Amino acid sequence: MTEERYAADRRLIAILALLVAVVSVLYIVVGLKSSTWRYALSLRVPRLLAMIVTGAAAAYSTVTFQTLTNNRILTPAIMGLDSLYVLLQSLAVYLFGAGSVVVSDPRLNFLVVIAGMLAFAVVLYNFLYRREERGLAFLLLVGIILGTFFQSGASFIQMVVDPNEFSVLQNRMLASFNNMNTGILWLAGILLVGAMIVIARQLTTLDVLALGREHAINLGVPYDRVVRRLMVVVAVLVSVSTGLVGPLMFLGLLVANLARERLHTYLHRYLLAAAALISILALVGGQFLAERVFNFAAPISVLINLAGGLYFILLLLKESRA
Amino acid sequence: MIELRNVTKKYDGIPVVDRVSLTIEKGTVTSFIGPNGAGKSTLLAIISRLLRQDGGEVIIDGIPIEKWGSSELARRISILKQSNQVNLRLTIRELVSFGRFPYSQGHLTAGDWAAVDQALAYMKLTDIQHKYLHQLSGGQLQRAYIAMVIAQDTDYILLDEPLNNLDMRHAVDIMKTLRALVQDLGKTVVTVIHDINFASCYSDCIVVMDQGRIACSGGPQRIIDRSVLCDVYELDFHIETVNNQRICVYY
Repeated sequence: MTEERYAADRRLIAILALLVAVVSVLYIVVGLKSSTWRYALSLRVPRLLAMIVTGAAAAYSTVTFQTLTNNRILTPAIMGLDSLYVLLQSLAVYLFGAGSVVVSDPRLNFLVVIAGMLAFAVVLYNFLYRREERGLAFLLLVGIILGTFFQSGASFIQMVVDPNEFSVLQNRMLASFNNMNTGILWLAGILLVGAMIVIARQLTTLDVLALGREHAINLGVPYDRVVRRLMVVVAVLVSVSTGLVGPLMFLGLLVANLARERLHTYLHRYLLAAAALISILALVGGQFLAERVFNFAAPISVLINLAGGLYFILLLLKESRA
Repeated sequence: MIELRNVTKKYDGIPVVDRVSLTIEKGTVTSFIGPNGAGKSTLLAIISRLLRQDGGEVIIDGIPIEKWGSSELARRISILKQSNQVNLRLTIRELVSFGRFPYSQGHLTAGDWAAVDQALAYMKLTDIQHKYLHQLSGGQLQRAYIAMVIAQDTDYILLDEPLNNLDMRHAVDIMKTLRALVQDLGKTVVTVIHDINFASCYSDCIVVMDQGRIACSGGPQRIIDRSVLCDVYELDFHIETVNNQRICVYY
């Protein structure tokens, strides 16, 4: 019986993988003209790769974070992590100036910002775990306040920097779907693979962590060490996705919960794979529609946030009833 | 053998467990009783390393608790807390299989599955092993969790209020199972129990806690006594011996 359910889950994952492949091919080939195909490919292939890396990073970071915090509403984005990324990047321009190597070299800039993210992950870890149990409402509130604070901080800095520096910031660093930061693609890809390897080695531990802290300790998980390590991985993954396409707000929430709803299992082996595939499908499919069907009229981030925001409210209503 | 030496735990400077020293012998059922806030659950959490003590030592089989490796200790001692809200889509069988994690880190061998089957059979759950947790009644759920602990196959089994929310029949079932674990499998069971009569009838040793300290400890014949209980609970106890067992009436 258990085996049948896993077979259904595996089938679903296979279908998702197929869909991702189909959409990716469509994204690459639709509208290619014989005269400009070389140029079009040189734009499309890196963007496709960026979306795949982003989608996987958003899904992995959210599923992992949800398991660590044992709830399905908190996500790194809702705790303000991706807004922090933008803040740190703006701060780098403010402190070092647009001409400095920390800003002008996209890869170095990426690494510097990640260092800041890691520092914050440690603070967040202490906040979440070193104190006594806190209610979900409290954590949500803190997350929303932090997110708003980081966002406002970032726009404040963007206002006070020199206009020339601001244009640098806007053009090269503040990524979005129409302005993907493909300069850091390889670095981001390597970091993603590294993070995925760390998580892959903890798959069964994640399954146990989902039971909650007390069960995990009872079953011999060295809890503090494992959670700290995974929080660092989450911070790296958020940096990867935000660095490539900017803040995603609700994407992670959406795909992690869809995966948890659709699959019949608690096994992270399947949950992570399904969430990542749904995420990539949403990004590539959405971008395909936005670029080729709506002709850039509706940015995909708006579409995702609309769907994600509605789903988030639905989840809150459901949780408050339970 | 579990030894506690001057174990202390403070919250905001106020001790909830205050210099507790105690020895729990192997192959016995030990029950902690006492009023709410006496520190029973906190002490149990410290013995099972869910909480870290602020002072004193917890020594398990001669080795201080900090010196044990996580997995190794999880094969020696297990804990079941009173509230077990798990929002996962889990079947009973899957839950019980978690009990083998300390042995196989999630990659269960045929031997592990045999232990799972045994635990399910022991708790009479084999017929409903594929049911999801959210479909279960309180009594079935509690049995499922105890089956997980049995699959974990530890020498020491700690249970924090295992009878919570159970009707009398299920409560008796659970206590008989715990006794059987001691008699048949040579386990050591340590529980926190609120119902004094259950403690009296099923324990080898009763530890009475009050205000973070051990008020007294010993066999049921000695502990279930007016002079001991009236003080601690501030209630008027009437105690009878029925079928050789000490029964309290305090309603």
